[in-house]
Amino acid sequence: MADGPDVTAGASAREEILGRIRAGLRDVPAAERPGDVEVQRSYRLTDDRPRAELVALFAERVGDYRARVSRVPAERLRQAVAEAAAELGLSRAAVAPGVPAQWLPEALATIADDDLGIETLDELDLAISGCAAAIAETGTIVLDGGPLSGRRALTLVPDHHVCVVPADRVHGQLPEALAAVAPEVSGRGAPITLVSGPSATSDIELERVEGVHGPRTLVVLIAE
Amino acid sequence: MSPELPFPVAAHAALSDSQLRHNLAHVTRSIRSKRAAAVAELSDWEQLRAAGAALKDRVLRHLDEYLLELEASVTRAGGVVHWARDAHECNRIVAELAAAHGADEVVKVKSLTTEEIELNEGLARHGIRAVETDLAQLIIQLSDDRPSHVLVPAIHRNRTQIRDLLRARLPEAAADLSDDPEELVAVARAHLRRLFLRARFGVSGANFAVAETGTVCVLESEGNGRMCTTLPEVLVTVMGIEKVIPAWRDLEVFLALLPRSSTAERMNPYTSLWTGVSDGDGPREFHLVLLDNGRSDVLADEVGRQALRCIRCSACLNVCPVYERTGGHAYGSVYPGPIGAILAPQLSGLREHRSLPYASSLCGACYEVCPVRIDIPQVLVHLRERVVASAPRAGVRGALDPERLAMRGLARVFASRRAYEAAQRAGRRGQGPFVSDGVVRRGPGPLGAWTSARDLPAVAPQSFRDWWRSSNG
Repeated sequence: MADGPDVTAGASAREEILGRIRAGLRDVPAAERPGDVEVQRSYRLTDDRPRAELVALFAERVGDYRARVSRVPAERLRQAVAEAAAELGLSRAAVAPGVPAQWLPEALATIADDDLGIETLDELDLAISGCAAAIAETGTIVLDGGPLSGRRALTLVPDHHVCVVPADRVHGQLPEALAAVAPEVSGRGAPITLVSGPSATSDIELERVEGVHGPRTLVVLIAE
Repeated sequence: MSPELPFPVAAHAALSDSQLRHNLAHVTRSIRSKRAAAVAELSDWEQLRAAGAALKDRVLRHLDEYLLELEASVTRAGGVVHWARDAHECNRIVAELAAAHGADEVVKVKSLTTEEIELNEGLARHGIRAVETDLAQLIIQLSDDRPSHVLVPAIHRNRTQIRDLLRARLPEAAADLSDDPEELVAVARAHLRRLFLRARFGVSGANFAVAETGTVCVLESEGNGRMCTTLPEVLVTVMGIEKVIPAWRDLEVFLALLPRSSTAERMNPYTSLWTGVSDGDGPREFHLVLLDNGRSDVLADEVGRQALRCIRCSACLNVCPVYERTGGHAYGSVYPGPIGAILAPQLSGLREHRSLPYASSLCGACYEVCPVRIDIPQVLVHLRERVVASAPRAGVRGALDPERLAMRGLARVFASRRAYEAAQRAGRRGQGPFVSDGVVRRGPGPLGAWTSARDLPAVAPQSFRDWWRSSNG
């Protein structure tokens, strides 16, 4: 019993639990299929507002979480990243492996996150990534663990996170963004992280404090 | 967790704690109004609620099929699925997994399910230390206390109490630490960061698990959840069997319902969704423990079954006039408030929580805010019926049960006009010593419990029927 899970007990637990469930569901007709229980999806699935409006809404809603948001023309992105790093007083950054070189200022010492050790990430105070999608309605960034988003630890361990959101990845509603990453999830089991503002807690007298364990600053650069 | 005291007794102690009442009033009012605003922002809230309830019903009515699908998906994605009949079995599985990896310390994400099964105590018996990493849970753990609210478990403590606690218990706290929440959070951050970086074994609960893809989902705010589910080499998730949802797209309903109902945010800061294990990203080993621990019994009750739709948002706590005054401890369960009053007695048996179905005024506010439309008042009344029906009928105790005798007597009195009128006359004569200003303030015998918090109108000097007979007859 002391070494490893008890496989035989596990197997019988499975049968016993399934048996109890089936016994408890005797009122459900044997012919009923799950799809017979009707689910009406009459809530909003899409958002028909023009892109410019959605991008503006996204910027406003991310800002509500006290993230630092700027809308920048694509050709000025490098400069905007440099300004964000300078404002934070940082000169080194870990970068998601798929981030294009033209996003990165030369003055910034960047290290591609090619499986960096956690301690190394902890010493670097800044992470730079892109994202897979964004949601205007909720001000949410969707990371999918791909080359642009980086692996999960990259955007978690450093103190500050600069995230570039290409304007054409901004969706209006949650269902659209979830559908956009669904193939990655079913295909390669992509780990998905939804980020809505910096790390925060309200555990002490409901007073909001930012920067608990995740990045204390979230800089969102919307590239247009 | 077995209740130490019945609700009415425990509630009395809570009601005389003025710090607790002050904090509770503040937190419930504040979250209540913020939630109302967050919900009012969506024109399709009612449609989302209806879809959430329907999806949960679909799962519950076919739970065996969805669990098997989940098991297959998680296994395909590289995870290992375990089944646990009860708390003891679940704790043993987690402890054995930790031991097999040589871990004597595990980092934990806040999880009601692991509190329900007292996992930390279970692990301690195997010499394994479980570290709570949610700030409020850390406060609770350091002070050897119990959570009082589902969402903000340490809300019964104020900043000065928390400062004193951190100073006494954490080496990272300076002697001149102030009670500024920002400074207090910084201390917890420094303390836990060390533990996160060396952690090899993480334990989490699950808000949802997708049968179709095998994806497990945890919502949180601080980032401790991301730390615990990302940095350790091994991750074990303990989830109640009712947390499974059919398909990936169904997250669009629940991720809209939960944050607005819970923290009153459009979206919580972090939502982690992982599918088995991923190469070079996150834990190398993932185990999912499917826990029954009374849930299949709840499922078997056709009226009570809907309690299993619960997504643990705590909206019902914040609108409940009873919870607002007594707080969570009085319920004697990890599930307090209206949902606790129907979930706790069903999960661990009515014998343990007989008083909880009565811990409500049946005002229905909980039903109105419930994001998955659990008709809590309906289940409360149903459970009251079950409590009465399960009281001992046979023997001297059954025969002499005062409530049963009273109800039997009343049934006889109400069944005949003559008996009713005779009882009125007797009441009019007998009530004398108890009546003042036309009401009975303190009734005799068992009636005393009822009148301790209410006034009973006295029997009128002349009944309507007497008056009718004398003036028209």
